[in-house]
Amino acid sequence: MNATPPVPASLAGVAARPGQHVNALDSPVKINVDGLNFFYGPKRALDGISIQIRAKLVTAFIGPSGCGKSTFLRTLNRMNDIIPMTRVEGTVLIDGESIYDAGVDVVHLRRKVGMVFQKSNPFPKSIFENVSYGLRINGLVKSKAEMADRVEESLRQAAIWDEVKDRLHDSALALSGGQQQRLCIARALAIRPEILLMDEPASALDPIATQRIEELIYELKKQYTIVIVTHNMQQAARVSDFTAFFWLGRLVEFDRTDRIFTAPAEKLTEDYVTGRCG
Amino acid sequence: MTTRTLEWIIERALFLCAALSLLTTGGIIAVLAFETYEFLREVPVLDFLTGTEWTPLFSNQKFGVLPLVVGTMLVSSIAMVVALPMGLLSAIYLSEYSPSGFRRIVKPVLEILAGVPTVVYGYFALTFVTPLLQQIFPTLSGFNALSPGLVMGLMILPLVSSLSEDAMRAVPQGLREGSYALGATRMQTALKVVVPAAFSGITAAFILAVSRAIGETMIVAIAAGQQPRLTGNPFVPIETMTAYIVQVSLGDTPQGTIEYRTIFAVGMLLFVMTFGLNLFSTWLRERFREEYA
Repeated sequence: MNATPPVPASLAGVAARPGQHVNALDSPVKINVDGLNFFYGPKRALDGISIQIRAKLVTAFIGPSGCGKSTFLRTLNRMNDIIPMTRVEGTVLIDGESIYDAGVDVVHLRRKVGMVFQKSNPFPKSIFENVSYGLRINGLVKSKAEMADRVEESLRQAAIWDEVKDRLHDSALALSGGQQQRLCIARALAIRPEILLMDEPASALDPIATQRIEELIYELKKQYTIVIVTHNMQQAARVSDFTAFFWLGRLVEFDRTDRIFTAPAEKLTEDYVTGRCG
Repeated sequence: MTTRTLEWIIERALFLCAALSLLTTGGIIAVLAFETYEFLREVPVLDFLTGTEWTPLFSNQKFGVLPLVVGTMLVSSIAMVVALPMGLLSAIYLSEYSPSGFRRIVKPVLEILAGVPTVVYGYFALTFVTPLLQQIFPTLSGFNALSPGLVMGLMILPLVSSLSEDAMRAVPQGLREGSYALGATRMQTALKVVVPAAFSGITAAFILAVSRAIGETMIVAIAAGQQPRLTGNPFVPIETMTAYIVQVSLGDTPQGTIEYRTIFAVGMLLFVMTFGLNLFSTWLRERFREEYA
């Protein structure tokens, strides 16, 4: 386990204003990325990303389309591995362990780093089977009763239990868009990850469903380290503790969310969050 | 000529083309139905469908079609035992494992295999596979169900593989990512997410393969023999429905006789079987089609 890395320059001074975000900097670093480059074939999509993401807080990635924020999110659970012709340089440490080392078991990594996608993607199976899938393939439960308990627990955590408890064996595809997305969150939670990556989880949802997802994120951060990509700056401001602003594959600024939105250090960040560019 | 008249002519011409294929099909069914009706006036339908002896060309005529049906089933089952698992596995490989460059080369090659004339497969079965099998099973007859069955399986394999692969590629990438994100391996993703999601398409491919096997003619006519017998033994000569039709068509059976009409009755039964399977396949595809938003 590495020592806690130094506080980045952009975060200097945060500790001088205690109280606003409780224990923001007391929280240990969960994900430590250093000098990350990413290539789709010859095209460089990420350029020298270094960032420390802290445990049990919500970190939001904002930036215009194509700025690399989703690509970066997907490097954190090696989801880009399944895309041919891609290449990663630099290090990503999760709990101090490098996830791109040769001996790393990707299955193990993804069990620890769950993911929710932009487009809800329930399997064409029953609601119950969707949630139990991760438990079954990873052999995480021993009995039927335990399986049922874990499924219920996950559905409750994702705030969808009351809506589906009477139809657990109906097809998941019959649910509404917002329900499907919460089901996907339940599915991700079932295997008890430590980190939850969310790639624009509410971008396809109506305002009410979006609000439910945001409330859920607020609840979930008590237990999970959450990284959320969002197009919606109000959403980033509402749900996150830290915000990272990406532009053309670079990390422009990373700071406490309130500072990013009220007193950003970079002109580019200010232009973006005030809607003058992007 | 005005544009409107030209349009009218074009429309009629296209309609005639479409109508021609329908009329042909209708004509075939009508001829089948008429001759079958004539046949059934002399042979009770129950005797035909449940009789266990088929000797219409002998002096002691028996018209029980079961030996032909069983022979057809036997060869088709052997073909399916080869084609279904191998076809599905190769589809899984092509869709989920192989690099896209490999797939771009292999898939057309597989589809070319489907273009090899079936008579070639027939001689392949008779002159290569049967002698080879006789090395392993000395009791195997020169004509048998096993060898044409295996070769037919190989012939149908590209069909199963290609159609199943199409069905699996149509499964949204998001489902695979969802599965990988939960810590699934490729095999788990393929078997527990992709194949079930492509279930209807894969089943339709299977049924099409079965109906292709039942209707396959040349391989069995060449390599299976001409001895209609009610047996499940794949080592002895048998005769399938299609092979029987070939045998009578090529022979000197006079038109209008009961012997001659047997081929229409057998043909009608064959038609009903494959038509039923195709209907079932269509129904299955509609019934289990998953709608992805």
